[in-house]
Amino acid sequence: MPEDFLVRAALAGIGVALAAAPLGCFIVWRRMAYFGDTMAHSALLGVALGFLLGLAPTVGVILVTTGIAILLILLQQQRRLATDTLLGILSHSALSTGLVALSLMAWLRIDLMGYLFGDILAVTALDLYLVYGGGALVLATMAAIWRPLLAATVHEDLARAEGVPTLIVRLVFMLLVALVIAIAMKIVGILLITALLIIPAAAARRFARTPEQMAVMAALIGAVAVLLGLGGSFGFDTPSGPSVVVAAMLLFVLSLVPIGRRIDG
Amino acid sequence: MNAVTDPSGDAGPPGERLIAAEGLEVAFGGRRVLEHVDITVSAGEIVTVIGPNGSGKSTLVRTLLGLQPLSAGHVWRKPGLTIGYVPQKLQVDAIMPLTVTRFLTLTGRHDRATVERALAETGVGHLADAQFHVLSGGEHQRVLLARALLRSPDLLVLDEPVQGVDFTGEAALYELIGVIARRHRCGILMVSHDLHVVMAATDRVVCLNHHICCAGTPEAVTHHPEYRRLFGARAAGALALYSHHHDHHHHTVSGAVVTPETNRPEPPHA
Ligand SMILES: Nc1ncnc2c1ncn2[C@@H]1O[C@H](COP(=O)(O)OP(=O)(O)OP(=O)(O)O)[C@@H](O)[C@H]1O
Ligand SMILES: [Mg+2]
Repeated sequence: MPEDFLVRAALAGIGVALAAAPLGCFIVWRRMAYFGDTMAHSALLGVALGFLLGLAPTVGVILVTTGIAILLILLQQQRRLATDTLLGILSHSALSTGLVALSLMAWLRIDLMGYLFGDILAVTALDLYLVYGGGALVLATMAAIWRPLLAATVHEDLARAEGVPTLIVRLVFMLLVALVIAIAMKIVGILLITALLIIPAAAARRFARTPEQMAVMAALIGAVAVLLGLGGSFGFDTPSGPSVVVAAMLLFVLSLVPIGRRIDG
Repeated sequence: MNAVTDPSGDAGPPGERLIAAEGLEVAFGGRRVLEHVDITVSAGEIVTVIGPNGSGKSTLVRTLLGLQPLSAGHVWRKPGLTIGYVPQKLQVDAIMPLTVTRFLTLTGRHDRATVERALAETGVGHLADAQFHVLSGGEHQRVLLARALLRSPDLLVLDEPVQGVDFTGEAALYELIGVIARRHRCGILMVSHDLHVVMAATDRVVCLNHHICCAGTPEAVTHHPEYRRLFGARAAGALALYSHHHDHHHHTVSGAVVTPETNRPEPPHA
């Protein structure tokens, strides 16, 4: 029955959009877009590692993306290479290493395109549990660290001077990004995860006067983008991940259209 | 050692010690930015750090706050000390929707009335609902100061607190800072480039250029050769205004339309 897999796809997509929204806002506020992209690109290496060690791909992805994030933070301590250079090196090396590793493991018959661009129409019931279980964990943790993370985002020194444990909060946040990448990989693919994090958040800015409003609006916009994208993908027989991102992009463009009075003051 | 380099100073009866550092040394990748720095701030006194750009003033402040690791020396803070900090740079991007009220309550919960009172005290009561990123430079500094006050601090640490504030506002804000220090008997550690105001409104001046060149009362410091070497003609001007200020007891020299440049006194011709 075609409706069944479509319903699963829509539910999974909406779950990922909801979990990604608040993280996406912080990625935008903290100017970490390229950072998130680098983490996502390293996910393929995580998949390969998972297969090698006999772990679930999800676990491999969380391990490797977190590792890359920590490596990046350590490398940023030195001041010889600018951060964007470092990110460029790590991002593309991680992606290429992952591709090479997977093709060396010739005995594996994996759907590479599915990992790269998402295969939302092949979502299983197990995937759904993963999305909603992981998503609930992400949202609950986000709620717990929301205030300190926001303070650290506005001004790291000021937050620290006022007793916010910024290092721990930042590490937890990075772990959450790794987790979202792991659960979103199947839905939009590792090349497009950053888009699902950033575009709804950017589109939501216009309609928000507080950080919380922006997160909620981003979740709504993300969910609508998923539904529109899936509909389009089914109707026009286009790949699902890119279709969702195109829908998000259209919503973002719409959010730029001036209508009456501006809300953002 | 010269008498004026005594870090305990001799301005008025010193209150309880709030923060003290001894033999501070800070290096960035082998380059020493601070060495042999001793500094103390006690309750009820205003200590101002002056020095050229890059002399390590902000680094000193960040080290005292525990934000910057030190390579030698130690910092002592009174147990349970509450600090209100105004950093030199704080920029919020337009992508972050944040009202002024929300900015004031980022780490502490305060009710609306308390927030408005703090804002009113620094002259920006009308901005409670404004978006933070659209504030003008002076409004921005006033909001930062209000935020520091809101914590009822024992110690205010202000890194160039009046940058971008208009001239009349500048004098008023410095006066407010003085009033706060006296009213709450909190200590104030301030970094400033406004020599004339520093000399008028400070108990103790610390002149920093990677090490402490001289420290003591404004009067003692302005006579110190190291200070004159660092600040040259302006130093003498500041002293002139300092004496002037103490003769007449008000802050601005002329009428309402003064600018910082026109108002800065000429160096004495003598
Ligand atoms: N995190 C850092 N890493 C490397 N060097 C630093 C760092 N922070 C400060 N410095 C260097 O230390 C020196 C002192 O900087 P600092 O900001 O303390 O100066 P300042 O006296 O506050 O100057 P200004 O009057 O311009 O604010 C500068 O040369 C600066 O380049
Ligand atoms: Mg400075």
